[in-house]
Amino acid sequence: MAIILDHVNHIYEPGTPMAFSALTDVNLVIPDGQFIGLIGHTGSGKSTLVQHLNGLLKPTSGSIYYNGADINADGFNKKELRSKVGLVFQYPEHQLFEIDVFTDVCFGPKNLGLDRKEVELRAYAALKQVGLEDEYFYQSPFDLSGGQKRRAAIAGVLAMKPEVLILDEPTAGLDPKGRDEILDQIAALRQETGMTVILVSHSMEDVARYVDRIIVMNKSRVMMDDEPGAVFKRYGELEEVGLAAPQITYIMQALKEKGLSVDTDIINVEEASQAILRALGR
Amino acid sequence: MSIVETKDLVFEYIRRDEEGNVEGITRAVDNVSLSIRQGDFIAVLGHNGSGKSTLAKHINAILYPTEGTVWVNGMDTSDDEKLWDVRQSAGMVFQNPDNQIIGQVVEEDVGFGPENLGVPTKEIWERVEESLRAVGMYEFRKHSPNKLSGGQKQRVSIAGVIAMHPKCIVLDEPTAMLDPKGRKEVIRAARALNDVEEITVILITHYMEEIIYANRVFVMDKGRVAMEGTPREIFSQVERLKELRLDVPQVTLLAHELKKSGLQIPDGILTTQELLQALGL
Repeated sequence: MAIILDHVNHIYEPGTPMAFSALTDVNLVIPDGQFIGLIGHTGSGKSTLVQHLNGLLKPTSGSIYYNGADINADGFNKKELRSKVGLVFQYPEHQLFEIDVFTDVCFGPKNLGLDRKEVELRAYAALKQVGLEDEYFYQSPFDLSGGQKRRAAIAGVLAMKPEVLILDEPTAGLDPKGRDEILDQIAALRQETGMTVILVSHSMEDVARYVDRIIVMNKSRVMMDDEPGAVFKRYGELEEVGLAAPQITYIMQALKEKGLSVDTDIINVEEASQAILRALGR
Repeated sequence: MSIVETKDLVFEYIRRDEEGNVEGITRAVDNVSLSIRQGDFIAVLGHNGSGKSTLAKHINAILYPTEGTVWVNGMDTSDDEKLWDVRQSAGMVFQNPDNQIIGQVVEEDVGFGPENLGVPTKEIWERVEESLRAVGMYEFRKHSPNKLSGGQKQRVSIAGVIAMHPKCIVLDEPTAMLDPKGRKEVIRAARALNDVEEITVILITHYMEEIIYANRVFVMDKGRVAMEGTPREIFSQVERLKELRLDVPQVTLLAHELKKSGLQIPDGILTTQELLQALGL
């Protein structure tokens, strides 16, 4: 089963002089279990798009199907949808509010009407999934470090046992190690549970490293939708729309221009190193 | 002459529980002594919680030392009478552009600082123009800041600081929320200020590629300066940086990997050009 977007348009403040089209004729199929990178410059429509996937925004026209059901049809259970499609906003730590970490993570599943034991089991499992140790469970969320706070906030969404996890800039402002830890954990979690992950990011290096498909948004439209290697190969077009390729893509391009026979599709350092050694006959 | 100098700087804050009882004391900056020369381009790295932002806030007299002294342009920042002079000498730009822009029109926002300094009206407009030109935003002077991109908003924030004619500007993760183009624009503006206007730039960032333009790098850990040197010296120590939860640019890492595989490549490669040369291409 999958998420399907069929000719989705979204206009903010329609019928006024301020009318602004944030999504224009978006058609996508998102099969179960994919790890998708969603990129685009500020204002390209990424956040508007992801807010349609869990029904926070309604399309002005067009339809969105979740497992075959139209999510904006009368009688569709949106509450259930929001537990299945978990959305972690930018700077999610700003939404922590409970007296301790464990209680905060319990908030979501508790609101699903689950019994206390199930709620606590889920909270416990979610905190383990994001790598927060027991010693932090009964601390105030406000006493955690930046990276830990963000993990606690992500655990709050994971405790809902989502089938689709959408992360909007989950690593903004984190140090490189904190960034790698969070993304490694999410990648491992996806392996383990088979959930779909949609990563909205401005870091081309992160996107290149983790995802198996990239959707590029520009001026409210889907501009590219392909495998990472194929997308970053078109770095010239990406630059025109305020994006870029990972630094490694430019390096491979420069090596190729200097006559070294390397593949310019390469998007990570390990592969690049091997390709260069091969091309040099080492 | 040093524009910023700290001697044995210590900053501690008291943690309290919900009832206000003291739970403990955290030492966020621990015995830092450093000196920054007028015209330097300094980068400050460090993991979350390493003390870099706390250190930076001392330069703008947002925080005062618990122990030790901070001088900005020769003035002790703890001296109440010099407070406004200190803040005018060292301006600060923060991570989120939306929290720093107050004007309805770009040029009004940039004029806010000098207006509050009591600068005569005619000169305010001159300063607004020169500041907006310095960051490449003059053509947007009549625009509403709301309609600008993240990178453009950050450049307006920077212009607002420059209009106060500071000797030094502290940029605390100015690119953390920006797309690749916005990041480039902001870093280009910061470099131009340093090159052309000779303003001292102190850039705090988690993007390793942004610091290769600095002439000196400080790496913070546990409130102390753990490493200090040129970008090349710092990035030559790939393993040490990883221990400090940091990273190196991809080109540096690639060169490091190739060297480990037996190629003759110097440490601390910073650009693609240098890598090509090292490979004899």
